[in-house]
This record gives sequence, C-alpha cells and structure tokens, in this order.
Amino acid sequence: MTARRLRLLGVVAVALFALAPALVSPFSVTLLNFIGIYALVALGIVLLTGVGGMLSFGQAAFVGVAAYATAWATTAHGWSPWLGLILALVLTAAVATVVGSVTLRLGGHFLSLSTIAWGLAIYFLFGNIDALGHFTGISDVPPIAIGALSLGSGAAIFYLIWGVLIAAWLLAANLLDARQGRAIRALRGGRILVESLGIDAFRIKLATFVLAALLSALSGWLQAHMTRFVSPAPFDATAGIFYLLMAMVGGIGALGGAAVGAAIVTLLRNSIQDYLPLVAPGVAGQLEIVVFSVMFILLLQRARTGLVPLALRYLPAAKPAPVVDARPLPRRPQPPRGEPVLRVEALSRRFGGLVAVNQVSFALGAGEILGLIGPNGAGKTTMFNLITGALRADGGRVLFCGTDITRTPQRHIARAGIARTFQHVKLRPAMSALDNVLLGTYARTRAGFVAGALRLDRGEEAQARFEAMRQLRRIGLADRAFDPAGALPLANQRLLEIARALAADPVLLVLDEPAAGLRRLEKEALARLLVALRGEGLTILLVEHDMDFVMGLVDRCVVMDFGAKLCEGVPVEIRRDVRVQEAYLGSVA
Amino acid sequence: MNAQIAAILAMDGIATGAIYVLIGIGFVLIFAVTRVIYVPFGDIAAFTALTLAALETGHVPGTVGLVIGLAVLATLLEVAARLRARRLGGLPRAMLLTLVLPLVPVLAAWLAAGRDLGMAGRVALSLALIMPVAPLLDRIVFRPVADASVLLLLTVAVVLHFGLVGLGLLFFGPEGVRTQPLTDAMFTVGGMNFSVQTLLIVAASIVFSGLLFLFFEFTLAGKALRATAANPTGARLMGIRPATTSTIAYVLASLLAGISGILIAPVTTIFYDSGFLIGLKAFVGAIIGAMASYPLTAAGAIFVGLLESFASFWSSDFKDAIVFGVLIPVLLWRSLGFRESEEETEE
Repeated sequence: MTARRLRLLGVVAVALFALAPALVSPFSVTLLNFIGIYALVALGIVLLTGVGGMLSFGQAAFVGVAAYATAWATTAHGWSPWLGLILALVLTAAVATVVGSVTLRLGGHFLSLSTIAWGLAIYFLFGNIDALGHFTGISDVPPIAIGALSLGSGAAIFYLIWGVLIAAWLLAANLLDARQGRAIRALRGGRILVESLGIDAFRIKLATFVLAALLSALSGWLQAHMTRFVSPAPFDATAGIFYLLMAMVGGIGALGGAAVGAAIVTLLRNSIQDYLPLVAPGVAGQLEIVVFSVMFILLLQRARTGLVPLALRYLPAAKPAPVVDARPLPRRPQPPRGEPVLRVEALSRRFGGLVAVNQVSFALGAGEILGLIGPNGAGKTTMFNLITGALRADGGRVLFCGTDITRTPQRHIARAGIARTFQHVKLRPAMSALDNVLLGTYARTRAGFVAGALRLDRGEEAQARFEAMRQLRRIGLADRAFDPAGALPLANQRLLEIARALAADPVLLVLDEPAAGLRRLEKEALARLLVALRGEGLTILLVEHDMDFVMGLVDRCVVMDFGAKLCEGVPVEIRRDVRVQEAYLGSVA
Repeated sequence: MNAQIAAILAMDGIATGAIYVLIGIGFVLIFAVTRVIYVPFGDIAAFTALTLAALETGHVPGTVGLVIGLAVLATLLEVAARLRARRLGGLPRAMLLTLVLPLVPVLAAWLAAGRDLGMAGRVALSLALIMPVAPLLDRIVFRPVADASVLLLLTVAVVLHFGLVGLGLLFFGPEGVRTQPLTDAMFTVGGMNFSVQTLLIVAASIVFSGLLFLFFEFTLAGKALRATAANPTGARLMGIRPATTSTIAYVLASLLAGISGILIAPVTTIFYDSGFLIGLKAFVGAIIGAMASYPLTAAGAIFVGLLESFASFWSSDFKDAIVFGVLIPVLLWRSLGFRESEEETEE
C-alpha cells in the first residue's frame, strides 16, 4: 500500500469515527467513551513506563484522586465541573509531586513496589473518609456543561472525551520529539549516562511522573462526570493492573498503543462478560479476572512489545523532517592555548581495602592531548570517573579552569564543559543517530516541557538539529543520521559518542578507551579526527590501552600502575622509561 | 492509653508481626534465588488457612482441585517442551516431579475425606497440599520468562496474584473461615492474661527461621541456594541447575507461608482474598530488610505488626492506610543509602 493511499484511508477512518455517535447504538457510544477515558490513563503509562522506564501499578489511584476531588467539589459545594477540573488537576499534581519526590529516587523494582503501596494507601483513604461517602461513594455528580449545552448524554460527551484524548496524544508526541522529551527517552539508559549529558535525571523523572498523573486526572474527571457517580472500587489495585494491561497490549513503547490497547481490553472485557456465563454458568464473575490474568501472562511471556509496534513494522515509516540550515548555537569561549584547564591534586579513592587511585596529581593545558595509560587494573577508569563526577573522591582535589569540582555533581561538571564518552558504549539504540547527538545539545538549549509540547521551541530545535548534523558530518555519519543508533557497527557507535560529546561544545573532551574494538583503518580515522579537534583548540584527555594509538597521537602521557602515578612525560621518554617497561612487561631480572 | 493496654497491643503486634516474619523471609528467599518478587505469597498463606478449615469441617478442600489442575497443566507443558526439543529421556523423572509427587497429598486428602485426622494430621495434610502450588506455578508461569528483567517478573507476579484470587474464589468460595484454636490455654504474667496461642505463633516463627538458617549454613542444597543467590551464572557453571534451586526455594517458601497461614487461621477470619494484604504487609517488612537481609526483614516484619496493632487502636478504619502510608518514609530512609546500580537499567 502506498503512503498516499494509506493517508486517504486514515482520513476516511477519522471521518467515520467522528460520525460514530450518529451511526452506532448508544451502548456502543458508551463503550467508545470508556475506551477514550481509559486510553488517557494508558497514555500516561506509555510515557511513564514505556518511554521513561518507571513501572507503576498505582495509576488508578491518581484517577481516583481526581474523580473524588471533582465529585466532592461539585456535589458538596456546588462548584461548576470546570472548577472541579482545576481542583482535580491541582490536587493530583500535588499528590504526585509529593509521592514522586519520595519514591522516584528509588531504583527499578523498589519504585514499582512503592506504587502498589501508595496506590493501596490512597484507595483505603477513599473508603474511610466521611466526606467522601465511605465505600458507598458519592452519587448525583452533575454533568459537564458548556454554556447551556449539557454534556450529559453519551453522544455529547463523546466529542469532549475524544477531543481531550487526541489533544493529549498530539501534545505527548510533540514533547517526545523535543528537548525534554529526548531526555525522557534517555532515562532508560541509566543515571550515569543521563547526568553526563547535563540532564537532571530526578527532575525529568518527576516531571514525567506528574505528567502521567495529570493524564490520569483528566481521565478521572471525565469518568466522574460521565458516570455521575464515584466509589472506591474502580480505583483499586485491580484497576491499576487493567490500565497496565491496556498499555502493554497496545504496545508500551508507542503512543498509539494506548488507544489500541484500551479498545482491545475494554471490548474483550465486555464480550467476556457477555459470553462467559454461557460457557461457565454460575462462576463467570470469578473466572473473568482469571481469564484476564492468563491472557496477560501469555502476553508477557510471548509478545512483550505489544500490537502497535508490531503493526508499525508493516507500515511505511514516516519520513523524518530534513535538517535545514539554521543559525549556529552560541558557543562558549575556549581558554587560550596553554592555559591550565584541568588540574588533579593528590586525588585518592578507595573501594573497601583496595586503593584504586592513590595520591595522583597531573595537569592538562588548553589545546593539549594527554594520554592516561597503564596496565589492566591500574585505576585509569576510576580516575576517569572521579574527574567526570561519576564517583566521589576520598581525598585530593580536581580543579577545572580554576574551579574546584571535586564535590560537584556530575551534571554540573558536564554543564561546566567536560564532555565524556564511555568504555562500554552508552547510546540509546532505538533512537536515531541524530537524536543521540541531539542529546548532547541538551545543556546548550533551554526549551521546557510546555514549549516542547506546544511546538514553541522550533527555532531553537532547528539550531540544535543543525548543530547535531554538523557533528555527524564531521565524523562521517551524516548519511546515516536517521538510522537507529543500535544498527550501526561498533566503530561507528564509538564515533557517535564522540559526536554527542562534541555537540555539548565542551572545553575538555574525556574519552574512555575510544579505540577499543576498532580496526586499524578505523583507528587511523579516529586519530585524524582527534588531531583536527586539537587544532581547533579543544583539550582532550584520553584513557587508552592501545599503545601504538596513544604514542602516535598524544602530546604527553601520564602512566599509572597499581593506583599510583608511575611517571609522566612525552611519548619518547615514556617508551624509554624502565619502570614503564617493567609495569607492562614484568621485570627483566 | 495506659501501660496495660500498651502491653496488650504490643503482644498482639508481636504475634501478628511473627506471622509476617515467616512470609517476609519467604519473600527474601525467593527473590534472592529467582529474582521474582513473589507478590502472590500471601495468597499461599490464605489458601493454607482455607484448606485447614475445609479439612476441619470434613470437606474436600479446594486446594485438591487447584493442585490437580496445575499439575496437569505443568505436565502438559513439560511434555510439549520435551517433544519439541526431541529429548524424551528425562520425561519419566519430570513427570514424577510435576505429576506424581504433587498428586500424593491430593490422594491422601481424598482418602482422608470424612475421617477425623486429629489436629496434627490436618495441619500436616494442609501443608502437604499447599506445598506443590508455588513450585507448579513457577514451572507454568515463571520458567518461560526466567531470564527476563526484575520488572517484567514483578509484573508477572502481580498479574498472577489477581489470577490466584479469582481461582481462590472459584475453589474455596466466598465464605470467610476461622479454624479451631490450636490451644485454649492461657497464662498470666504480671496480672495480665496471654493466650498460649500467641506464644505458639512467636515460637513457631523463631523455630522455623532458625531451621532455615541451619539449612542454609549446613546443607549442600542450602549452600547451592546461597550460591545461586550470590552469582547465578557462577552457580550454573558449577553444575547447579537454576530450575532445581528455584523449585527448592519455592517449596521452602511455601512451607513458611503455609505455616503462617495455619497460625493466622484461628486468630483472624480468612477469606479467599485475604492473602494480598497479609502478603503486602510482610512485604513492607522485606523492604525494610532491603529484600536482602533476613534478620532486618524479621525486625521489619515485627515493626509492621506493632504498627498495625497500635494503628488499629487509634483508628481501625485507617489502619491499612497507615501501614501502607508508612512505607513511604521507610522507603525514603532506604533511599538515603541507596545507589542505583547501572545493571538495573535495561532496554
């Protein structure tokens, strides 16, 4: 099928869908309404879990907070549902901020477990507060009205629900294609990677968490005013599981998965309720949840990616927007050649009884390439992590352009102008090469979440894309800009990491074994690139194993052995040094 | 609140906590060996209580049907897997494990129906009936995804819990049960009466934690389990089969959960879905122990028991909200010393 015909088909489908309330039975419209309402929550889960990597079982509790807030405000105090909406959003955001501030610092499964716990705690609160009607709930919630037009009927609220869903979907898609959205997509790469790009990982996590909660809040508000009734039952742990199931059936990694998953689960649930009593009379109620559990487990065992990513494979890929020429991003002034850039003073780090780095000092001037070499276990990588802030030093100091950065958090060091690469390549394999390099520009750009979602950031985005493309061109990967980074060979992935580091416009570039796993020609190309960068005034610190590569490239070497500095000097001296020969080859005697 | 009420509440809390200790230790055990956070563990405890109650009234317990169903399913999966791999040599042994062994207690329960076994016989039969459930579920549900991430395994475990609750309703019915007390004896300390039952709960908790410790320290199987927990790949290279260690872990943990179910059954009314809250509260204890330390888990479980006991004195309506709410400061405290390991992040 051609892209054009596909688009035509899409337009027809949307038009038919818009006419649905006139074409199908009122019961079907109600089902569609529920699908839309559930899809909002599932969309939040896709953002939070699928994109951000934070697994939550507790989203139903946020739906509940919003539903109760608006129900209470409109019944007990006679507020308009629109004021109820504001209360619902504000209250949910506040609860999510508090809960998130506490729990998002936890890693992986602890975070997920805590979602079960607070989900239950909030649920029990609903059932036990007098003003919220205990377990019987609140009835006679008024319908939403626009002026004189009441949205009480299924067909009337249909347009509101699906309008809200489509708007939320578009905004989310915009966001993921912008600066902060890329940061969310980078979260699964681990904290070390994210912070090395100058991104505040915790802030991004919290923002994503609140965003998902707000989507749940919209759903709760719509639900309360559509069903005109709230009680604790729809917000319990089972509901949380159903929302997760929807997101996973549809495809946890694709925004479109939310609506598809919500539709499948809702329709399936409906037909199971219809047909199960025929198959197993008397026990149908009990079996429903069993049937769903079995299906969910089979899904997790056999088809974890979900339906939408599967279907997308068979559709023509959307053409990525071309990179256009734009005004270059502002650059930071480089220190004049020879000026001290990095100064390490008596730096030490212990791991238990092992002294990995022991009283090491050296200095690095602007426009210089310094090689940090030494045999296996010499403490090179530890030293590297101390300089970039990934590890804390036990003693000594690190000065960067005259500022003490020994205790500075990693992301601030990155923002100050130290960019790094990783010994084991840390790219986001599913993101395109261009998007990976764009991550490097994070610290040089400013667009926030709102600007990204509303596309107010396009000027800056064009500048960042232009810059990223410039770096890709420089490493010779411009023609593969839109390929997934994971599809590139290892040598190219290492170069891509360097491009990402360069996109941050660093003063000091620190490279952790950039030549590891490269073939001879690739090493030569890498050496030429580094020499060219030095020519532009960049300062480079190189941790490397490969002596031939280092000796032909660097201005000076620092040799480490057993955590201590052995010696330092120009390559010719190092080659002749007896201690170095002993360290590498063992004693001659 | 005076000192006497406080003492009663404390005693009550310790007894409840002792039950959570057994389940909490089971959580840590299973997590260490299989990386599964076994959310349905409380369900195993509740099902044991329901089994005991059914045996008391002379009914065939629902566990019988559950075990038969799971054993047949596990055997079918085993046969299918072996047919596909064209390795039928090990089939008799596998069938012995997945079909014959689990059906032994089922047969015993069937033969015993209508007879009076005495308290000890009923307890033993209940434990024997519940023991195959978790290992069979492991074969059916977790083995196919054994190498997946902790988060995926957790999702599977949570979903499994909801499935089990549905099965529980199907096999045990909606009625709540409370079994006969293990003993009616009372004793007096400092002018206050305590039941021997309470003492028994605490004693059982101490004895079985102790036995577990001895098992880990002094038996080869125990050491194999510890080796798997410390380094699964290394253990595998030493010829320790992950499937075997996980089965042992599930059998042991089921025993612990079963005992806690037996102990709680005379004290609290148990429904088919009571397991979730019992399990989650034990879980709070295990989180206090960072899912790794047995002694800290035990201390955490006792703390949760005490908290629940005092919270129900102040406000019985909010006791559950308080217990789960308190997890948040606990997590905060945990997170202060918490460092995200890079291995945890995944694609």
